[in-house]
Amino acid sequence: MNEHYTLRVNGVERDVCDSWIGESLLYVLRERLDLPGAKGACEQGECGSCTVFVDGAAVCSCLVLAASAVDAEIATVEGLNPDGTLTDVQEAFVREGAVQCGFCTPGLVMAVHHLLDAEPEPSDLQVKEALSGNICRCTGYGRIFAAVDAVIARRRDAAR
Amino acid sequence: MSRSTIDTVRTDDRSGTSREVLGANALRPDGAAKVKGEFAFSSDMWAQNMLWGGTLRSPHPRARIVSIDVSAAWRIAGVETVVTADDVPGQLTYGLISEDQPVFARGEVRYMGEPIAAVAADHPETCRRALAAIAVEWEVLPALVDPETAIAGGFDPIHPDGNVIRHQRIIRGDTSATGAIVVEGTYELGMQDQAFLGTEAALAVPDHDGGGVEVYIATQWLHEDRKQMAKCLALPEDKVRLVLGGVGGAFGAREDISLQVHTALLALRTGRPVKMQYGREESFFGHVHRHPATIWMRHHATDSGEIVKIEARFVFDGGAYASTSSAVLINGVTHAQGPYRCDNAVVDGWAVRTNNPPCGAMRGFGVVQACFAHEGQMDKIAAAAGLDPVEVRLRNAMRTGDRLITGQVVESVAPVERCIRETAALPMPSPLPDRPDALLMPGGSGLTADRHHIRRGVGWGVSIKNIMYSEGFDDFSTARCVLADGVVTLKFATSEVGQGFVTLAPQIARSVLGVDDVVLDTIDTGVGSAGSTSASRQTWMSGGAVDGACRLVRERLFEHVGRAHGVDPLRLVIEDTDVVDSMGSLRVPVGEASAGLRIDETFEHHHRPTEELDENGQGNCHVAFAFVAHRAVVDVDPELGLVKVVQVATAQDVGRALNPLSVVGQIEGGIAQGLGLAVMEEIIVDNGRVRNPSFTDYLLPTALDAPEVIATLVEEHEPQAPLGAKGVGEPPCISVTPAIVAAIRDAIGRDLARVPVRPQDICF
Repeated sequence: MNEHYTLRVNGVERDVCDSWIGESLLYVLRERLDLPGAKGACEQGECGSCTVFVDGAAVCSCLVLAASAVDAEIATVEGLNPDGTLTDVQEAFVREGAVQCGFCTPGLVMAVHHLLDAEPEPSDLQVKEALSGNICRCTGYGRIFAAVDAVIARRRDAAR
Repeated sequence: MSRSTIDTVRTDDRSGTSREVLGANALRPDGAAKVKGEFAFSSDMWAQNMLWGGTLRSPHPRARIVSIDVSAAWRIAGVETVVTADDVPGQLTYGLISEDQPVFARGEVRYMGEPIAAVAADHPETCRRALAAIAVEWEVLPALVDPETAIAGGFDPIHPDGNVIRHQRIIRGDTSATGAIVVEGTYELGMQDQAFLGTEAALAVPDHDGGGVEVYIATQWLHEDRKQMAKCLALPEDKVRLVLGGVGGAFGAREDISLQVHTALLALRTGRPVKMQYGREESFFGHVHRHPATIWMRHHATDSGEIVKIEARFVFDGGAYASTSSAVLINGVTHAQGPYRCDNAVVDGWAVRTNNPPCGAMRGFGVVQACFAHEGQMDKIAAAAGLDPVEVRLRNAMRTGDRLITGQVVESVAPVERCIRETAALPMPSPLPDRPDALLMPGGSGLTADRHHIRRGVGWGVSIKNIMYSEGFDDFSTARCVLADGVVTLKFATSEVGQGFVTLAPQIARSVLGVDDVVLDTIDTGVGSAGSTSASRQTWMSGGAVDGACRLVRERLFEHVGRAHGVDPLRLVIEDTDVVDSMGSLRVPVGEASAGLRIDETFEHHHRPTEELDENGQGNCHVAFAFVAHRAVVDVDPELGLVKVVQVATAQDVGRALNPLSVVGQIEGGIAQGLGLAVMEEIIVDNGRVRNPSFTDYLLPTALDAPEVIATLVEEHEPQAPLGAKGVGEPPCISVTPAIVAAIRDAIGRDLARVPVRPQDICF
């Protein structure tokens, strides 16, 4: 339990002290860096609740060794809105009823941002495929799709 | 690009105002915190000087514990305590209905995963090593895994309470009645898991004097947990204080004790805060599941398809401990007829104990099992009578005033015919294109299905579900309302598990009291019990309690305004945000009328009493009922055994939609869980051993599996309900499962009598 290293999370250098080398990025974010937004629900990369970005790629942080993410740019749900306001995706999740228990929500919010940043006008099937790595047990996904639709429409209007 | 299939559910606001009152699509007060990752789930709790807890579990379905040696675990640096059954200070067992489940096994284990010992240490990894260092010597015993063997008495009791948890029969009418049509079938359901995303977690903080404990816990029923914990910890109930930690879904799996006693015990023993959190594999072993069941049914009907008599036999496998098995059994047998008239019945039901995993509450609670069987039977009657699936159901549809096979009169609004007709009127999906995207076809991105092999099928399911608890249980709810200077504060112990009571409660206060600012106090045991968040009961029960408390406050506000303005309080009403004299000109904003006042009222809502069943299964055992119809459309590749659920249409009896957006969320979510049971989800148990305790091997519906859902809400206000609204949580997941299976049968022309339907059940 004596590893020391530094992670760059949401643009800030964070020291990780006295850690065990086997700790996942999810564990270090939640238990050592006070960033509990990423959630652990399967420990196998099946559910997407722990989705964060590592060098721009959406990853399951439960499957990434924290120590292996040294020198990478890590972004978590806490870094989406440094000014405390909601992003358009977050706003749409609340307004469209895409949140019930909310455990999958931070991961899904990250996955939707990741999708729409790469593909502003995805098809229905592209949306479904992009979100199929994030399991939601409460909503049956209907209101989540509605939230994605709302963001696409809003960004399209804003671009005009 | 077509987006038309995604957002087809009507969520019209019914409030007629921009205020977030009853009928409005009010938004979750915890929504912003949840999307930002700031909402504190029980697994996010943390305390200074906190230890982690871990649990050692049995690797065997049944074995004698010859010895346990914990000395090596104590020697590991960072381990602060190790506890076994010898360290439980109070009652050694707990349970919701029957206290038959050990806190830690002593002498014998009865299921794979049963807790044996627990440790507290400085790091989860230290816990893991300490648990691995505990040496247990086992004598493996033969396991009772076949429910029929339990019924036949062919196995020595595996528990002092015996191998039969409950037996109940229902005898009604002319038991020798028959009809021109006789159809029968034996239906099986596998073991489904609730699979909430937020696994079990708790933080226990001991009092400084060691004489009590505060526990932050994700649960469905704070007061019941407290009662059971206090007994096991040998503490007075007021020394065990429970605070609801954020709950990451529940669906029935948080009704029983899991880690509550263990966490509190570790904290009391170490004098330090202790956090316990199950991983996914442990979660599969740490909570009860939906009962696997085998149901035989024989229906007698006239040649025109009208039901004359039902014969049935239900067998529910309760697993090693009773949990709520006896109540699940009663729900099953009393719903054998489904939402159809039937005067004559002979029903026999068993809930038995085995060395399989314990089963208990899951959304639908015994009715899911009954519905899969009776809906299979309705299609057989239709085929024999030459009717289509809709017509046979319309011919038999239950109405208000009909008598159930228990003799109870259905007093609830019963719009069964309307649910069926409105579902039938919803549009069908477009045909599968000639060259569809692979993701639209059965099997999805595996690119295995051949378009030319795919067959489409349509199937129906209709259901009745009791709401609230049954058999004489007074599952009341309590709420406190304080009005001060135009701001309302509500206090209740109602577990918010995602369903949205925290959204509904302020809506009620705004409607009754004409305020806009509503503050929700902490959800904890600092107020009377709210009962459980289960049985589709909180909108009715806790909604009734909040409504009652707000009405008491309103009465006192009107007395105050009446005195101040010389007006008879009986003439005063709330209009929008004002107190108004209905027969005069007085109009005072509530904020002004309540300035300097503090009105504080508490209300308990009780539903009307129910009765136990007699030995022939007769009695008014249920409070009220909700109904729903589902129509499913599926595409099947019969050569590969692959299924794609294309569309589910539904009309649900909701009484009154108090928050249409929330109602739709329940409908879509319930349909996904019913789809899971139909074609994906099963805990595979092999001779008492769980084979797939992970999300890699236990398959849950993803965004690609979700069908298009078209829903319509049938709103006929329920006169018995305090707000006119029925619970909406369970009905969506009940009849969708048989509808999907009927659609697969329709597509492939093959009888299917078991869920989940597996590829090998489909392939020719």
